[in-house]
Amino acid sequence: MDILNAIVALSNFVLVPAVAYGSQLALGALGVTLIYGILRFSNFAHGDTMAFGAMLTILTTWGLQAMGITGGPLPTALLALPVGIAGTAALLLATDRVVYRFYRRQKAAPVILVIVSMGVMFIMNGLVRIIIGPGDQRFADGERFIITAREFKTATGLSEGLAIKTTQGITVVSAVVVVALLFWFLNRTRTGKSMRAFSDNEDLALLSGINPEKVVTYTWLIVAALATIAGVLYGLDKSFKPFTYFQLLLPIFAAAIVGGLGNPLGAIAGGFVIAFSELSVTYAFKKVVNYLAPENLQVDALVQLLSTDYKFAVSFSILIIVLLFKPTGLFEGKSV
Amino acid sequence: MSDTIKIPLLFGFVALLIIATGFLQSWNTAILILNMGLISAIMALGVNLQWGFAGLFNIGVMGFVALGGLATVLISMPPTPGAWSAGGYRIVLALVLGAATIMGAVVVWGRMGRGRARSIAILAILVAGFFIFRWVFDPGVDAVEAISPATTGNLGGLGLPVLLAWPIGGVLAAGAAWIIGKTALGLRSDYLAIATLGIAEIVIAVLKNEDWLARGVKNVIGIPRPLPYEVDLQNSAEFVGLASNLGLDPVTASTLYVKLGYGVLFASVLIIILALAQLALRSPWGRLMRAIRDNEVAAEAMGKDVKRRHLQVFILGSAICGIAGAMMTTLDGQLTPGTYQPLRFTFLIWVMVIVGGSGNNWGAVLGGFLIWFLWVQVEPIGLLLMSGIAGLLPEGSALGAHLIDSAAHMRLLTMGVILILVLRFSPRGLIPER
Repeated sequence: MDILNAIVALSNFVLVPAVAYGSQLALGALGVTLIYGILRFSNFAHGDTMAFGAMLTILTTWGLQAMGITGGPLPTALLALPVGIAGTAALLLATDRVVYRFYRRQKAAPVILVIVSMGVMFIMNGLVRIIIGPGDQRFADGERFIITAREFKTATGLSEGLAIKTTQGITVVSAVVVVALLFWFLNRTRTGKSMRAFSDNEDLALLSGINPEKVVTYTWLIVAALATIAGVLYGLDKSFKPFTYFQLLLPIFAAAIVGGLGNPLGAIAGGFVIAFSELSVTYAFKKVVNYLAPENLQVDALVQLLSTDYKFAVSFSILIIVLLFKPTGLFEGKSV
Repeated sequence: MSDTIKIPLLFGFVALLIIATGFLQSWNTAILILNMGLISAIMALGVNLQWGFAGLFNIGVMGFVALGGLATVLISMPPTPGAWSAGGYRIVLALVLGAATIMGAVVVWGRMGRGRARSIAILAILVAGFFIFRWVFDPGVDAVEAISPATTGNLGGLGLPVLLAWPIGGVLAAGAAWIIGKTALGLRSDYLAIATLGIAEIVIAVLKNEDWLARGVKNVIGIPRPLPYEVDLQNSAEFVGLASNLGLDPVTASTLYVKLGYGVLFASVLIIILALAQLALRSPWGRLMRAIRDNEVAAEAMGKDVKRRHLQVFILGSAICGIAGAMMTTLDGQLTPGTYQPLRFTFLIWVMVIVGGSGNNWGAVLGGFLIWFLWVQVEPIGLLLMSGIAGLLPEGSALGAHLIDSAAHMRLLTMGVILILVLRFSPRGLIPER
């Protein structure tokens, strides 16, 4: 029984949240990695793109709620998602036309594009703060839990409860759907194949008649969808605050780099690596240890390796270790 | 237009802007802008050294600035009575043990051959070292933080003059830069960027959470000042006499005295650093730096030690940011880790360097003043603009009120627009590199 209790406690506090958080990071990292593969720069505005998409979705959600339309047991935000994606896509395409295209034509150095994306980051951050304000916004509605801790306890007779939030379930399901769609698109459709060809070898792709502007447009569209979905899922699961989205940049980049920049599969793996290490290093293992340890070896300490506030240090250390020992990431990424 | 005319003209224009602020708003604001402009200019010089001279992409400026701020607390605050005997030595011992663990792992990495044995040995050293570290460290921290937590609860400083903290802040930042440089400088430019971004966040996290060090989010207030307090000046007969001779009332005179005093202190630091940076730029070392920046492979083929030079310039630039950070905390008189935000302390400095002209020290200084002026002034201008738009809307409309409320966030938007416009139409900045 104690072993079961330990497993349940571990799942409740580490495994389930880490799977949800990992999916959110993976979706974010996929966006970063696609931009890196096709447009060949690290997009620092990605966190704020996620915030922008989430903000549009939140505003639409409020509008729907005011009209009396809700998603029933599911969050209304899922209904509002298409509007958020469309708005973000429009913004990203406009940004590309006004800002990035000039540098692409000039074949500017990647680092210049990174600095340009810093400017875009400022603008998007400012826009989000002007429109919705810098404060915390909660917009999750519908059923809160798939299983509550109490239901789990009565059903199994264990003393530890396992709670799964609806948002966690939705996060995982939608991440799986989105990733499946993305890989189908990249591997099966003509446009997806031309995107991969462009990413692998730009000159060869141009020679074989692939239209670069079309590839870039599709990339931005996909990135808009990925960023908005990631942003909304993160906001549903935790809460929406523009500044936290900016701070997500670090774990997202860590995930993309750990997996190998430019490699979509790596981005997903990287997201889960970062999420699991962040949560397990900052979790207080006292309960789990006490279930497993014999009667006379019970511990009083929290058995927490690092305080939760050092989660950045975790993603950072993983990043540095991977970069030092396997500079192209766990899966082969590209290095420009 | 040649540089000899253009540079004084541009600086004259910024001076005019600040003087206009004095006439139109208040002299208090004007001098505040001047003082923070001086500090910003020093930070911009530091970033310019790294990016403009050597092409190193450091977006962890905030971390070095915060380390400088930490130095002011560690140097100038009085030591907390009993803290050292309660747990201070224990903490220091723990930190030494922690460093020894990492050193040990590095030594093993170098000495042992590749293979599973080495991985296991390193893992064992790190895990054992971590638990020993925590075993020594935690009781010490608890003991120190238990000492009157409402007012101190930290180790306190050394009680030395605060001016000493400025160079020490530079040294602290340089030390951190050495560690980062040793690990991350070999990486590609955007990897280095992410690494420095991460370091900055970690430095802030440490400042926020390690209460024994600088009280964390409880903030350290009342850091000693290098200049007398206004109240003391007003009580001194000599000063009051002097002020009345100049036709000023004692209150205004004392504020002006203190603020301008800071201005003179900051300006002298800026002049020293600017002079050194100019000398460095013109020296063979500066030419070597630019040669490496423009073509790393060629420089390496000429037998230049690229990695070593990069490390050197990275440390120097970070040290300058540390000095500026210490100066800023001195001006504020308090250390508030919660106020360190990357947009303000990293990316804004980058806007200063790019707008001013990367690779040109005068450009960095100009950018520091100009962008800081805009950063302060965009808020009232934005408010004016928003009120204007709101005035067109029907009376009492919710949208109008919302616009006025969010005028404060116009700054970020404006900075982004300025950065993008400069990069597009004048990518070498206002005062380009020669």
